Parts: sequence; structure tokens; C-alpha cells
Amino acid sequence: MTLTINGERVDLPDGSTLAELVTSWAPAVRGVAAAVDGAVVPRGTWTQVALCEGQQVELLTAVQGG
Amino acid sequence: MDDPFIIAGQELGSRLILGTGGAPSPQVLDEAVVASGTAMCTVAMRRVDPGTSGSVLDVLVARGVRVLPNTAGCRTAREALLTARLGREALETPWVKLEVVADDETLLPDPVELLDATESLVGDGFTVLVYTNDDPILARRLQQAGCAAVMPLGAPIGSGLGILNPHNIELIVAEATVPVVLDAGIGTASDAALAMELGCDAVLLASAVTRAQEPALMAAAMADAVRAGRMAHRAGRIPRREHAKASSPTRGMAAL
Repeated sequence: MTLTINGERVDLPDGSTLAELVTSWAPAVRGVAAAVDGAVVPRGTWTQVALCEGQQVELLTAVQGG
Repeated sequence: MDDPFIIAGQELGSRLILGTGGAPSPQVLDEAVVASGTAMCTVAMRRVDPGTSGSVLDVLVARGVRVLPNTAGCRTAREALLTARLGREALETPWVKLEVVADDETLLPDPVELLDATESLVGDGFTVLVYTNDDPILARRLQQAGCAAVMPLGAPIGSGLGILNPHNIELIVAEATVPVVLDAGIGTASDAALAMELGCDAVLLASAVTRAQEPALMAAAMADAVRAGRMAHRAGRIPRREHAKASSPTRGMAAL
């Protein structure tokens, strides 16, 4: 299946969970938050969230800023 | 502490809040954080870069400062709400520095979106520290909406122009029911001291330190300026006079 992750089209195995995506995408990054199709997904539920074809995923973290 | 600085029931150990944007390296940021003595630093929320190893959080957590996520770059209340929720999730804090700017040239807050966002965030349980224009009426409306601190600009972000309308800042301070934090526009230490002399509870600055030629030295200067300005405010300055007033006695002069 193909999803859009942080603006990039990415192929993932069917049945991938949000937890697996975060681990592969941001293995060493502290303080990550995820939104799927414009809704924030609480960290505690990431392992139960199965990703689907065409979803838009945003993975954000803290950077230097004002 | 003799003169505690409290936002939403939480005491902060310094009246200088440091923005982390603009620091050329984590090492420089670390030195500036230490020299500033700050107790709280802002960060922005951006897309994860898989190629990045370290994080600004490494510096801030190691130094024990509170991390305040902002909504920098947001143009609408909807964007700010989502960004604030992501910040809350990522950093496990209900505190947010709310920014909703109108355009890239001025980076001035959009008052309509700002008030809308404040109402939504307060309703969602956030502790909202809101970056706003130096407009006393907007500041009043934001406080009525339930913000935890009102943070008027001295001048546009990154401009270093100082406090362009001290009278408005005084008006905001005079009727504030929450802490007033002078945010944006500070260029050098005297600007920070002036903010505190005007009665602000704290100063938030980033570029003035992070883009100074010697960031740590400027951070130390800002810390001293904020302390000095606060003490001067509490001490009560003498009134301005049209003419001189002798400080030495006029009686008992010798007949020379």
C-alpha cells in the first residue's frame, strides 16, 4: 500500500501499524507526535492503529524555534 | 523566592524565557541556555527528518529547563490547534506558546485567528501563552478568553527594533490579570531592561541572543538586564521633572 508520510509517497507492507512506521521512520528521535489524516493519534494507541492505503501521515518533533 | 514568577500556578525560576531558534549549533545553544539562567525554552514542531540524529531536546532536558512548544508558522486557528495538539502529544505538556501570524513579511499576529485559536485551545484544556500584538484591547480579549499569559510584541519578530510602543505595553500591564511577557523585538540588553521597567513580568527572546556575535555573553547580559529592570520596577522610579531638583541641601551654605 502507498501512503504519504511527511509529504513523501512511501510504500509500506499491508497491515503496517503506526507504531512500526514511527520506529522505522524516526528510530532515534525523542518526542515524536503523529497525525493521520489531520487527527492527532495518541502515542499509547500507535500499536493498535493499522495504516491504510492513501492515508496522509505527519510525524513531527521538536526543533529549534522562537 | 522573594519575588516569584508564576504562570498558571507554576513557579518559574527565571523571568527570562529563551527561544531556541537561530542558534548556530547545539553547543552554542547549550552555552546560551546556561548563561541565561532561563527556566523555560520554546521549541517549534516540525516534520521528523530521518537523517537527523540529535535533538534540541537533548540540550534542554540535560539542563533541566521546561520545554514550551510553539505554533510558529501557523496562519489559521485550525493549523494552530493541530500543531498545539501535536506538541502536547510529543512533549507531554499542556502548555503552548500560541502564534498565529498573518504573513511572512511582518510576522505580525492575525488578531481574528489568534482569538479564535485561544478560545479553542483553552476549551481543549491547554495552558495558553499567547504571542500577540501590542494592542491593549486584544490583550484584554485574550485574557477574557482564558489565556494563562499574554505576550505582546515589542517589535516584529527578529527585527531587534526594541519596544516601539512603550505606552501600549504599559496599558497592557496596567489592566493585566495574568502575567505579561514581552515577546519579540528585543535587540539588546537595554530593551529587555525597559520591558521589565514598564512592568512586564518576564521577557521572551531568541534572536537577540542566538544571533548575537557572542550568544552566551549576550545571554548573560539579558539575564542581568531582566533582573535589573525588575528590581527598578519594584523599587519605583522617580518622576520625570521639567527642571532640575538639587540633591544636595540648599540650606547651610557657607557665605563665600
